[in-house]
Amino acid sequence: MNNQTEQVNEELKIIVFRIKNEEYGVDVKQVKSIERMEHITRVPNTPPFVKGVINLRGVVVPIIDLRKRLGIDQQEYNDSTRIIIVNVDEMEVGLIVDEANDVIDIPISSIEPPPKVVGGVESVYLRGVAKISERLLVLLNLDQVLNPDEIRQLEKFGIE
Amino acid sequence: MDMSQYLDIFLDEAKEHLQNLNEQMLLLERDINNLDIVNEIFRSAHTLKGTSATMGFNNMATLTHEMENLLDLVRNHKMKVDSRIIDTIFSSLDILDQMVISISNGGDDSLDATEMINSLRSISSGESAEGKDQNSSSALGNGREDFLFDEYDRTILKQSIESGYSVYKILVTIEAETILKSARAFMVFHELEKYGEIIKANPPVEDLEKEDFGDHFSIILISKNQLEQVKEAVMSISEILDVNISTVTKKDLELETEDSKDIKKIEEKSQNNNSTKIQANKVSGKMVRVDIERLDELMNLFSELVIDKGRLDALANDLRNPILTDIVEHMSRISSSLQTNILNLRMVPIEQVFNRFPRMIRDLSKELNKKVNLSIIGADTELDRTVIDEIGDPLVHILRNAVDHGLESVEDRVKNNKPETGEIILKAYHSGNFIFIEITDDGKGINREKVINKAIEKGLITPESTINLTEKQVYELLLKPGFSTAERVSDISGRGVGLDVVKSKIESLGGFISIDSKLGKGTTFTIQLPLTLSIISSMLVQVQEEKYAIPLSSIIETAIVKKDEILYVQNQEVINFRGKIVPLVSLKKVFDVPNSTNDDSDEVAIVLVRKREKVAGLVVDSFIGQQEIVLKSLGTYLSQVFAISGATILGDGQVALILDTNALIK
Repeated sequence: MNNQTEQVNEELKIIVFRIKNEEYGVDVKQVKSIERMEHITRVPNTPPFVKGVINLRGVVVPIIDLRKRLGIDQQEYNDSTRIIIVNVDEMEVGLIVDEANDVIDIPISSIEPPPKVVGGVESVYLRGVAKISERLLVLLNLDQVLNPDEIRQLEKFGIE
Repeated sequence: MDMSQYLDIFLDEAKEHLQNLNEQMLLLERDINNLDIVNEIFRSAHTLKGTSATMGFNNMATLTHEMENLLDLVRNHKMKVDSRIIDTIFSSLDILDQMVISISNGGDDSLDATEMINSLRSISSGESAEGKDQNSSSALGNGREDFLFDEYDRTILKQSIESGYSVYKILVTIEAETILKSARAFMVFHELEKYGEIIKANPPVEDLEKEDFGDHFSIILISKNQLEQVKEAVMSISEILDVNISTVTKKDLELETEDSKDIKKIEEKSQNNNSTKIQANKVSGKMVRVDIERLDELMNLFSELVIDKGRLDALANDLRNPILTDIVEHMSRISSSLQTNILNLRMVPIEQVFNRFPRMIRDLSKELNKKVNLSIIGADTELDRTVIDEIGDPLVHILRNAVDHGLESVEDRVKNNKPETGEIILKAYHSGNFIFIEITDDGKGINREKVINKAIEKGLITPESTINLTEKQVYELLLKPGFSTAERVSDISGRGVGLDVVKSKIESLGGFISIDSKLGKGTTFTIQLPLTLSIISSMLVQVQEEKYAIPLSSIIETAIVKKDEILYVQNQEVINFRGKIVPLVSLKKVFDVPNSTNDDSDEVAIVLVRKREKVAGLVVDSFIGQQEIVLKSLGTYLSQVFAISGATILGDGQVALILDTNALIK
C-alpha cells in the first residue's frame, strides 16, 4: 500500500478479475495462484460468505465467495468461475470470482481514492479506483476484506 | 575467523552447560561438602569459559573465569562452600543465562557483569589471596598419554571382544628426523585399515594431519588378525622406528571406567538423594543435531504420502486387482512403521521442560520463605515436540500455585504436625495413547466452602445450585475464567489470569486437566495429553453428503440402535445404553447439514463419545471406517469454528473436517 507514496511514474502490477459487470484488481504480490472451481468442503457454523475449504496441493485453504462478501447478488458458478488464492498477513484464503484472465500494469498515479460506493461495494473494502483509458478498475483492500476480527464477530453472531 | 557458523552449536552447548551448572549447584546446596559435585561444576564452567572465549564473548568468559577461580579454591580445600558462595554463583549463572539469551536474539554478551565479577573476586580473595591465578587452566593442554573412552566406545569395544575380535592398542614411534610425519601417520592408518577398523587415535586424527604431534602416536584397532601380522604390516612402512602393540582386554576396559567414576558417583549420590534432580544424560551416544524445521518438513512430506496411500487404498478396493491389493497392503505396513519412526524422531523427553523447575522451585521457596522439596519422576517420558513447546507455561503456573497456595507456611505446617519441608511431586508417565503429568503437593488441600463462596461472590454459580455439587465439580470451579481464590494477590500467582488459561491451553492441545484434593492432606493436578498431534487414528462417518472424522481417542464405541429405542427426556433425545441414559446429539442438526437423501430406515448409527466421565451419542448416517488421518489446521482465517478442531485430506483428495467432540458434550 505504501506504493501510493512512491514515485509518480511507478507502476503496479495487478491481477484483474470480474464480478458482475465490474472489473476489480488485486496486487499481484498478494496473489499466490488462480485455480479452477473444485469441490469445496462446507465448514458449518461459519458466516454465509465462507464457502468452506479446499485441498490445495496438500494444504487446507479456506474459500470465501467474494460476491457474498461484498454484498453483491448471487449467481451460479460456471466454467469461467475462478478461485484466486491470495496471501495476506501470512493468511492464505481463496476468493471466488466470476472470471479472472488479465494481468496489467497500471501507473500508480492513475489510482484515485474510492468513491463512497462502487457497484454496491462499500468503500472500506476498496483501496482505490484506477482509470486506464476507457476501463475502470476497482482495487480491493484485501486487509479489510479478509479482516479476521470481522469474521470472528460474525461467527459469534451466527452461533448465538 | 568467521565464527558465525558455529554460533548455533555454541548456544546449544552453552544452554546445556548452564542447565547442568544449575542442576549441580542445586545438588551442592544440599550437600555442600561433596567435592565431586564441585569438580563437576568446575568442569562445566571451564568448558563454558573455553567455548565462550573462542567465540569472542569475552564478557562471558571473564565471568566464568571468576566463577572457576572461586570453585578452584573450593576444590583445593582452600575454601568451604557456604550460602554466600552458592547465592553468588547462582546469580552469576542468571547473568550468564541472560547473556546467552541476548546472544541468541542476535545481540551480544555486553551485559554489565562487573558487580558480579567483583563479588566473586572478593569472595575468592577474602579467603585466600595467593591461590588465585594458579590453577585456572589446569585442565587445558595437559596432553594425556592414555585413551579416554566414552561409554559409546567402551560398548563397541566390549561387543567386538565378545564377538571374537581382538582390540589392539598400537603405539607407533616414527623416526625423529622424518620430514613428512603426517604422511607416515597416514600410511600407518591406511595399512591398518586393511586389517580392521580404527576406533580412536591419540592424538586425534585432525592433530595428526596437522603434524601436531611428537614422534609417536597411538591407535585403537579392532581386528580379526593376529597381533604379529598387524605389527609386521606397520613395520613394513619405512621410517617407522618402533611399533608396540598390546591387546586390550575386557578387564582393561573396565579399568578405563575409572576415568568417569566421579561422574558415576554424582549420579549415584543423586539417586540416593531422591529429590530435585533430573540427571542430564552423561552418556553421549553418537548423535546428530537436526534442525526442527527439517523434521517438520519430513513430517509434512510423510503426510502427503499417507494421503496418497489412502487414495491407493480406495483404488485397490474399487479395482479388486489382487496384485494391486497386495502392493497396497505391503505399502500400508511400511508406511505405518515409517510413521512410528518419524513420530519417534519427534519425541523428546519431557525432561526438557522439567529441568528448569528445580531452580524455579528453589527461588520460589526462598522468596516465600517456605521449605519445599521437589521430586521429579518420569522425566524421561517422551512427548511430541509440539506438545513439549506448549506445556511449559501451564506447568509453571500449576507449580507456582502449588508452592504459593498449596503448601502452608513453615509455622502452619509445624502446627498441624506436618514436616517443615513441603513435598511437591512432579510425575510424568505414559498410559495408552496418552501422557499423564501429575503435580501433587502435601499442602492444605482445597477448601470446599471457600471455593463455593468465592464462586458465588464472583457470580459463577448461584447459591441454590451449590447443594448437590460433587467434590470434582467444586474443584472445576477453580478452572473457570474469572476465578482466583488467593486472598491477597501475590507476586507468584493469583493475578486473576489463572487456571482457566491453563485449562484452555491444555484443551487446545487435545488434553484434559482435573483436580483432586483432600483437605489438610494436599492437592493433585492431573494433566492428560495426547502422545502426538500430527497423525491421529479416527473414525470416518457420513452425514448426508458430508464426511467427518472423529478422533478414536474420544470414542468409546459405536452402535446401531432402533429408532423406537430413542426416548425423550425434557425434549432431549436420549437412549438407554447399557443401563445408562445417554443424551443424543444429531450432527445433522448441529452442523446444519443440507438434506440430500430421505431417511426412511428404522435404525440410526451412533458414535458414543466421552469427555471424561460424561458420555454422549453422536447420531450419524453411517460409519465409513477407521483411518489414520493427518491433522491439518483450517488456517488462521478460520481459527475458531464451533466443534471443529481441524481438517484432513482424504484418499479422494477431498477435505474432511475433524470433530472436536468436547464442544458437543455439555
